[in-house]
Amino acid sequence: MSLYATRRGANSIATTLCWVAAIFGLAWLFVILIALLYEGVRGLSPAVFTEMTPPPGSAGGLLNAIAGSLIMTIIGVAVGTPLGMLAGTYMAEYGRYTKLTMIVRFINDILLSAPSIVIGLFVYTMLVHPMGHFSAISGAVALALLVVPVVVRTTEDMLLLVPGSMREAASALGAPRAHVVGKVAYRAAKAGLITGVLLAVARVSGETAPLLFTALNNQFWSTDLAAPMASLPVVIFQFALSPYKDWQQLAWTGALLITIAVLALSIAARMLSAGRRKSK
Amino acid sequence: MNATAHAPKEPPTKVSVRGLDFYYGADRSLKNVNLPLHANKVTAFIGPSGCGKSTLLRVLNRMYDLYPGQRAEGEVLLDGENILDPAVDLNALRSRVGMIFQKPTPFPMSIYENIAFGIRLYEKLSRADLDERVETALRGAALWDEVKDKLQTSGLGLSGGQQQRLCIARSVAVQPEVILFDEPCSALDPISTAKVEELIDELTNRYTIAIVTHNMQQAVRVSDYTAFMYLGELVEYGETDDVFNKPKEKRTLDYITGRFG
Repeated sequence: MSLYATRRGANSIATTLCWVAAIFGLAWLFVILIALLYEGVRGLSPAVFTEMTPPPGSAGGLLNAIAGSLIMTIIGVAVGTPLGMLAGTYMAEYGRYTKLTMIVRFINDILLSAPSIVIGLFVYTMLVHPMGHFSAISGAVALALLVVPVVVRTTEDMLLLVPGSMREAASALGAPRAHVVGKVAYRAAKAGLITGVLLAVARVSGETAPLLFTALNNQFWSTDLAAPMASLPVVIFQFALSPYKDWQQLAWTGALLITIAVLALSIAARMLSAGRRKSK
Repeated sequence: MNATAHAPKEPPTKVSVRGLDFYYGADRSLKNVNLPLHANKVTAFIGPSGCGKSTLLRVLNRMYDLYPGQRAEGEVLLDGENILDPAVDLNALRSRVGMIFQKPTPFPMSIYENIAFGIRLYEKLSRADLDERVETALRGAALWDEVKDKLQTSGLGLSGGQQQRLCIARSVAVQPEVILFDEPCSALDPISTAKVEELIDELTNRYTIAIVTHNMQQAVRVSDYTAFMYLGELVEYGETDDVFNKPKEKRTLDYITGRFG
């Protein structure tokens, strides 16, 4: 009986500790969100979406930064996703047992956890320096380099989750490998693959460091890929550090916009993978 | 032991296994197996777990080729052509030798697309012809009446027994010559099992069938010939009635009377 009582005691202590840890983590998240909402919403106005980033002391918005973020993220994801998908497909479907796959997986894991500032410096050395100036395209390349490992990882993981019996069944009908992968395995893993891309978008859309060294920033409207381009994270970085009240306000608003966008993407990814589980 | 010697005076041979050895890496899991599969007959492979009966089945459509480190030696003749020859086109072979698995494996697509998938691999048909082929296949698997109103819904929404019949329909739709069943009823309830067994019976009109089963009653019910395997060897092969009623080998008798296995 006393053994049982001890066990119950240990259980309630451990459960309490779990609760405390969970609340501790969540509390900060909520504090951050509330602070963001409180400070960010005040600056929210149509001008944010229609006007360019202003010089200190005058009115303005974030249009060029929003557009720049969208352009570079879209190019980065458009370049990084196919590369990552192909690599992940090779690893899960074609070379599952090969040494190359083990090496690529190891390197990919390193890349996955590489500090993004290192990626920024790398692209600076490889692209910005030879070109002689900052440019949106080198920003997009830096983002693509961040997308690749995320997509490689999720593609491989999701395809590995597709039961081998599904591949055997398709092969048993006489389907060539390309059909087995493209029409059966991809379809079975579809929700997971899309989730991976959404998570990659969420990851890169908030990146500042790689853009600081590559796309830099631009006060004005620009869609020229060869020229510097504004982006939300870099504008936030610059404006938040400034002594000007109106710039600081725009930084809060920009931060709120990014957070909402990332949150929406994460929720969409969650819902997709939940739907996938239900359909099983 | 010497199985080929018992082969009865019978219908034409569709598949002939000769001196077959199989290796998983260095493990030899089939030892000099010799047996025929007679055309339009059902041959059951029975034996305790690990005896090599599923391995033997997976050699017949070279399913093992999907995995590294597995290899077969010897000969397996399909209509006289050795399918173990490295030059054999595996996809073409598998379109002639279909396979049904232990667990139903519907693809994550509609019932219609599940069937059409295999047909489209080898034939370019008009929509109407394709519709007809899908219907024929589903009728052939005694599933048409249950799904005709929901062809566009997911194949994953069917019950286990229906899913297995969908897989049979999918296999039949490709118009193979041989169909291999790998414990097709082990995940099904008795009623679904009875339906699948009836289906196997009907399929013998057009196909040569091999079935791996753990269920000896099932072997008796569905098969014309039975091969009893033990530790990678073919112990006894003969007409099902003979194998079960007057086995020649003591190990066969012990197994079918439940003394081991």
